[in-house]
Amino acid sequence: MDAAIAAPSAAQDRSKPASAPSGGSAPHAVGSVGANYLLHLADNALVLGQRNAEWCGHGPILEEDIAMANISLDLVGQARLLYQEAARRIGGEATEDTLAYFRDAPEFRNYTLLELPHRVGLVGYAQSDIDYSVTLVRNFLYGSLMVMVWDALQRSSDEALAAIAAKSLKEAKYHLRHASDWMVRLGDGSEESHARMQAALDHLMPYTQEFWATSELESQAVATGAAVDVPSLRTAWDALVNEVLAEATLKRPALPAGYITQGKSGIHSEHLSYLLGEMQGLARAHPGAQW
Amino acid sequence: MSTPAATDPLAQRAWHALESVPDPEIPVVSIRELGILREVRERADGSGVEVVITPTYNGCPAMEQITDDVRAALAAHGIAGSVVTQLAPAWTTDWIGPEAREKLRRYGIAPPQPTSCGSAPSTESAAGSAQVLQFAPRRNARAEPIACPLCGSHNTTETSHFGSTACKALMRCLDCLEPFDYFKPY
Repeated sequence: MDAAIAAPSAAQDRSKPASAPSGGSAPHAVGSVGANYLLHLADNALVLGQRNAEWCGHGPILEEDIAMANISLDLVGQARLLYQEAARRIGGEATEDTLAYFRDAPEFRNYTLLELPHRVGLVGYAQSDIDYSVTLVRNFLYGSLMVMVWDALQRSSDEALAAIAAKSLKEAKYHLRHASDWMVRLGDGSEESHARMQAALDHLMPYTQEFWATSELESQAVATGAAVDVPSLRTAWDALVNEVLAEATLKRPALPAGYITQGKSGIHSEHLSYLLGEMQGLARAHPGAQW
Repeated sequence: MSTPAATDPLAQRAWHALESVPDPEIPVVSIRELGILREVRERADGSGVEVVITPTYNGCPAMEQITDDVRAALAAHGIAGSVVTQLAPAWTTDWIGPEAREKLRRYGIAPPQPTSCGSAPSTESAAGSAQVLQFAPRRNARAEPIACPLCGSHNTTETSHFGSTACKALMRCLDCLEPFDYFKPY
């Protein structure tokens, strides 16, 4: 996986500082990523953590209720470390709380995949409409990417990011194990469980195309030599996903050519604002409150 | 690295004050035995000590309690000091020594297997494709079965990937039929 870290161009890296990311970050050391890249990773973790935590008290079985609460706890923990580091690089008044609670949807840099509700259709309002198969398939698709991303980033020249990645990798592997277990159990399960997992996969797979379409903030981060070039992981990701899908007897849907989501560039679905409204409401109604 | 020692007298005194601070969630073992307490060093200006701790799980809510407990233990011994959190090297359950593992077992928690084996895929296999399915349950490919901490039987099964705290999974013994916690390798 060493190839996944873009090789720093020695002459370039030593002679001039990495280009400052848009978004007003303070200058940072050569070979370090900008705050925006940290926010991309942090927003991914926070938004999925918030989504999965919706199962708290509503899980299909007690063990899975606990599983989602635990996975969310890990994800929010990862997000906190990344926000803290981003806040240090942004400087000024920025803190992990201002970054999590006082940015609006267009400023969030998460994959659109992670903000979608737990259901196959794009409309639906009742709590009973939420579908655990969507939760599991999403955790599988994202988790299989993140074991590779964190694995590459733990060797980043950006020491703070590498330290966070090394810890997050341990958790991502465990989350992937959980999701993979359920992919197989339900995919190769009853007729109904198979149909629901297949429907969730058909619904979510198009959103994974966003992984491979490099955004401006990713290009800037890769140019520092400290970030991971995600498209370079695609072959390994395909192999991992295909192997689990084969055991799960699920069919990988063909992807139609069409719109590729751009959540990581701040262009989101209509679902993110509702998620943020719920997550940020308390902090905004009572700024500075301690609890 | 797993048994750091303090050499100067003030740091040594602080180390003794801190080594018995219990883990807030598993009080049968101390934060030193779990490998959370990494280092105690005297500040260069002689104004007190700096205590280095490392977090376990990124979101573990016990970390704030541990920081408070360390501060309280220093204060109780009249030592001025601050707490520094250090992420690297990343905490691993491999730092839990044999004595602490035995304490966990007697407490009813099956101690963690080495991180190089067991259910979590290794770094190499996570990215490759050949071994990925080792973490499907039907192939439950643990290198060694986990022993029941109550009756010692190796005839055990995983009930739930996740348990009462971030660091534990729920298992069940198929011989004595008792459920038990398993400290997950991390």
